[in-house]
Amino acid sequence: MAIVELKNVAKNYGSQTKGSSGNNAVDNFNLVTRDGEFVVLVGPSGCGKSTTMRMIAGLERNTEGEILIGGRDVSQVPPKERDIAMVFQSYALYPHMSVAENMAFSLRLKKRPAEEIKTKIDEAAQTLGIEPLLERKPRELSGGQRQRVALGRAIVRDPQVFLMDEPLSNLDAKLRVDMRAEIVKLHKRLNVTTFYVTHDQVEAMTMGERIVVMKDGRIQQIDTPINLYEFPANRFVAGFIGNPAMNFLRARHADGVVSGDGYGFTLDADHTQTMTSQRVADVWVGIRPEHLRLSDTVDTNRIEGRVEVVETLGAVTMVQLSVGEHFVFAQLPGHQKVAIGDTLTLTCDSDKLHLFDTDSELVIGRESMVQPSAAAEA
Amino acid sequence: MRSKRFNNVAMGVLAWVVALLIFFPILWLLLTAFKTEQQAFTVVPNFFFSPTLESFKTALAQGSGYWHYAWNSVLTAVASTVIGLALAVPAAYAMAFYPNKRTDFLLVWMVSTKFIPAVGVLIPIYLVYSAVGLLDNALGLTLLFTAMNLPIIVWMVYSYFRDIPKDIVEAADIDGASIMQTLFKVVLPLALPGLASTGLLALILAWNESFWSITMTDHSAATLAVYIASFKSAEGLFWAKMSAASVLAIAPIIVLGWFTQRQMVRGLTFGAVK
Repeated sequence: MAIVELKNVAKNYGSQTKGSSGNNAVDNFNLVTRDGEFVVLVGPSGCGKSTTMRMIAGLERNTEGEILIGGRDVSQVPPKERDIAMVFQSYALYPHMSVAENMAFSLRLKKRPAEEIKTKIDEAAQTLGIEPLLERKPRELSGGQRQRVALGRAIVRDPQVFLMDEPLSNLDAKLRVDMRAEIVKLHKRLNVTTFYVTHDQVEAMTMGERIVVMKDGRIQQIDTPINLYEFPANRFVAGFIGNPAMNFLRARHADGVVSGDGYGFTLDADHTQTMTSQRVADVWVGIRPEHLRLSDTVDTNRIEGRVEVVETLGAVTMVQLSVGEHFVFAQLPGHQKVAIGDTLTLTCDSDKLHLFDTDSELVIGRESMVQPSAAAEA
Repeated sequence: MRSKRFNNVAMGVLAWVVALLIFFPILWLLLTAFKTEQQAFTVVPNFFFSPTLESFKTALAQGSGYWHYAWNSVLTAVASTVIGLALAVPAAYAMAFYPNKRTDFLLVWMVSTKFIPAVGVLIPIYLVYSAVGLLDNALGLTLLFTAMNLPIIVWMVYSYFRDIPKDIVEAADIDGASIMQTLFKVVLPLALPGLASTGLLALILAWNESFWSITMTDHSAATLAVYIASFKSAEGLFWAKMSAASVLAIAPIIVLGWFTQRQMVRGLTFGAVK
């Protein structure tokens, strides 16, 4: 167990150029974990999340900044001396070794007594429910079993930090949900500081105590799952977190009302004040599909559009409306009868609106109350 | 349906014809080896005769030195293969798992040395060998075979190493293995089938080598290639004896090749298929 600190960490691959962050695959990465915290790094592919994890592992060297594990600067320390364990997306089991040998490998290299190795393997195997598989070779195992062995190989080492690089991506959907819960339980039991990389925001939301949202090598926001959902810092985070994704409507602001072709919203007092004081004229209005509902009366907040697609999922009915130049998704109750071609008027509460600057795409007003650094110290 | 069957038969016949054409010289060699010198010289091809072991007796006779040449062939082929693998493994490891911008160029450059005809470098090598006393020397010939095969060995071992997922090497790194431990406990065991076929190919190439063997050795380090060539003596060609000698020279490697066919096919596809 250890606190992991990343201070101004950057990775520059030299001649390669990538994204808007110039040469840096990762830039200006700052994070302090709690001891035993479960941190998820999430973002689209190429956002630098895996590179960040590989720098913590020591598989890549950070070209700038410092990485501290338990207070020790490990920036120049090779992976094997960092006291970390990693679970790879491909599992990376040693194909020529049995399950038991795979798990014993690191302990044997450390020349631990055979008794101790056996005890640890048995413990880990019991925890993960892979006792009957100990003598098998990886190729004789299913994907889920291999995943457990990879976890077992990591936990027998009692490392200071766990690193998991998309460990569930190669599993089928059902198994992924099961393993998700198991990894969370495992973490609760072992209480080892864990970094978990994924591109799947559902995985991030369900597993992370804190989530680092990344894009183009830069941190977009670090926060708890619920704060990311309720107080996204910018339009990217707003669109990335939440399923189905948030709707964005381009609107003009005048006297506490933002409106466009087919929609208009009255802002609440906070938003109105911020918008007026910052003299914002154009905004992106963000509304989550689950916050939209049918409106019969003439609400002040309204979206009117033609139904293009109806997806009946049972519990809910997803509706796609064409509203002016935009498409808007709404999540309506399952019993709602909607037909393609209908004209619907939807509404939503003013306190569920998110406003974003059209240039910087940063949120306007309504920022997360909890500062990431404060959460780390709590 | 009918035409498909006809096609199959036609293809079968064609395959047999091609196979026989390729095999025919070896068959003829084999037949000649069991003839007398007189039968071997007949103008009209003679497929039916009473076989004799006369030529083999001569070829294996006390004075012929077959065993001396065979020993040199075994020694130089095995030694050059072992040295080649020992040099190629670290080189291929570095290129496969820690590649840099020049790795691709390096590989092509190494293989490009095979484009130079051997005669092109004969004079300088001969002079150097003469100066340092490596002419007609088993060590000298071994070094030449090693140099000759090294690019191919490196290339093949490299391609086998590339087949090993980098994650596995990184996992070993994180698990606390040193480079040597990663190499011996993880990479080499995984690449073993590939290494075996690479070694086999190197062995065969060294065994069959004749240009350097004939030019750089006289007697004490001479291999079976020199032995075969020696039957083209001043007194004329001895077809039957030469054939018998050739059969004896190629027999060990053909037997080895026969038993390791599957490995060989894998090796020659350069690790492209798993």
